[in-house]
Amino acid sequence: MAVSVTIKGIKEGLLVVVGDGEWEEASRTLLEKLREKADFFRGARLVLQLGGRAMGAADLGKLRDDLGDLQINLWTVLSESALTENAARALGLETALPKPQALPPELPPISPSEDGSVAILVNHTLRSGKSVRFPGHVIVVGDINAGAEVVAGGNVIVWGRVRGTVQAGSEGDAEAVVCALDLAPTQLRIANAIATSPKRRGKADPEMARIKDGQIVAERWKPNEKG
Amino acid sequence: MSGTVITVTSGKGGVGKTTTTANIAAALAADGAKVVCIDADIGLRNLDVVLGLENRIVYDIVHVVEGAAKLKQAMIRDKRLPHLFLIPAAQTRDKSAVAPSDMIRICDELRAEFDYIMLDSPAGIERGFRNALAPSNRVVIVTNPEVSAVRDADRIIGLVESEQKGPPSLIINRIKPEMVKRGDMLSIDDVLDVLAIDLIGVVPEDEQIVIGSNRGNPVALDEKSRSGQAFRNIARRIKGEQVPFMDLDKQDGFFSRLGKLIRPGG
Repeated sequence: MAVSVTIKGIKEGLLVVVGDGEWEEASRTLLEKLREKADFFRGARLVLQLGGRAMGAADLGKLRDDLGDLQINLWTVLSESALTENAARALGLETALPKPQALPPELPPISPSEDGSVAILVNHTLRSGKSVRFPGHVIVVGDINAGAEVVAGGNVIVWGRVRGTVQAGSEGDAEAVVCALDLAPTQLRIANAIATSPKRRGKADPEMARIKDGQIVAERWKPNEKG
Repeated sequence: MSGTVITVTSGKGGVGKTTTTANIAAALAADGAKVVCIDADIGLRNLDVVLGLENRIVYDIVHVVEGAAKLKQAMIRDKRLPHLFLIPAAQTRDKSAVAPSDMIRICDELRAEFDYIMLDSPAGIERGFRNALAPSNRVVIVTNPEVSAVRDADRIIGLVESEQKGPPSLIINRIKPEMVKRGDMLSIDDVLDVLAIDLIGVVPEDEQIVIGSNRGNPVALDEKSRSGQAFRNIARRIKGEQVPFMDLDKQDGFFSRLGKLIRPGG
C-alpha cells in the first residue's frame, strides 16, 4: 500500500509529513523522493512530522543514518506518540520546533501550580548522560546514576538510588521536595537552594529533602508522619 | 552459517578495548572458530599492532568502502592462527570516511563466512562509535575499576540500550586485587552495583599484556599467563559455556582452585 509522504520547505528547513501505513514503505518512499533531487536537498535539515505513529529508536536511527548518507540532517521529529518522542530524544534529536508553530496541534501548557497533580513516570534507571525535564512532578522507578539529571517543576520521587543531579521546584517552588530510597546526589537543588551530599555514615535510609529556613535539609522518612 | 557481530566498546579511552578485542579474537580462533576482527578506529588504528600484523597491511577498510579493494583483499590472515583475520583501519583518514550503513553491509557479507566478527570501537560516543554499533548483534563493554571509566561505561550502556542493541555484557579490565583489598580500588561488586549488567569477565592487571601488545603477541595465546587465562575464559563464555570465574587472590599461575563464582551462571 502506498504511504503518503509530502515534502515542503518551511522556515526551519524541510518539513516531511508521513501519513499512516507501513513504516518501511514510508521510509523507502521518502528516501526515493529525496534521492531524485539529491543535489537540491544536500545539506538540508529535516523536520519529520509523524503524527501518532509509534516508533522505536532502531527505525529512527536507521532513517537518520540513511539520510546522513544523502548528507541530509535529521534534525527534529514531531510526534504525538510519547514512545516516538522518547526514541527521538534518545538519539539526540529535537522533538519540537524552536518557536511555536501552527503545524502540530498546540497542547495547553502544563502549569505546575495548577493543582500539583501532573507527573511523569520514568520506569527505568537513568544512566549517565540521560536528562529528564518536566514542568510537573517526576517519578523514577529505578536509580538516577551519577552523570544523569532530573529537573522537575514539582517534586521528584525516586524509588531507587539517587547519585546524579536532581532539581525540584525548578520554576521557583520552594515547597517542592525530593524523596528517594537512597539519597546521595552529586548535587541537589530545590528552587534557588543548592546542596551537595554529606559523606554517608552507615546504611542508606529513605530520605526526604526540602527547604527549611532557606536551606535544604534531608531527613529520614518516617512512616505515619505527614510529608 | 551466520556469524555473530560483537562490538567491543567503552566510552572512555585507554581502558583496553583493543587489547580485549585482540585477545578474545585470538582465544576464539585458537579454539577453532573462524574469526575476523575489524578495527573501527579509523585514523588511530592500533589493532594491527597488537596482533603483530602492521607490516602486512596493503588495503584497509576505507579502500573497501570506497570500492578500491575487495573485502577479501583487505583481510589479513594472522601469522599464527589460520582461522583469524584482520580488516585494518585506515590511518590517514577519519571516522567520516565510513558510514554506519557501510559497516552493516560489510558485516552482512562477513557473516556468511565467519563465526565471529569482532568490532573494535573507538573511544567516544560520536560517529566512530555509531559505526561500530550499527551492525552489532552483541555488545561487550570494557571498563576499569575506576570511577571515571565506570561513569563512561554507564553512559555507553544507556546509548546501547536506547539504540535497542542491548543488553550488553561487561568486562572489568586491569583489576588489582591487593588495591581492592585495601579499599583503594572499586571492587567487582562496586562496579556491578552501578552498571547492573551481566559480567562476562574480569582481567587482572598484568605486565605481560603490555609486553604482548608491544610485540604483537596476544597473551591469550600464552598458556601460562593468568590474564591470558582470563581472556580464554571470556571467549568460552561468549561461546555460551559456563566457566567459573578465576580466584584473583592467587598470585601464581596455577588454577587448581578455580571456583569462587562471582555470579551464578556468569
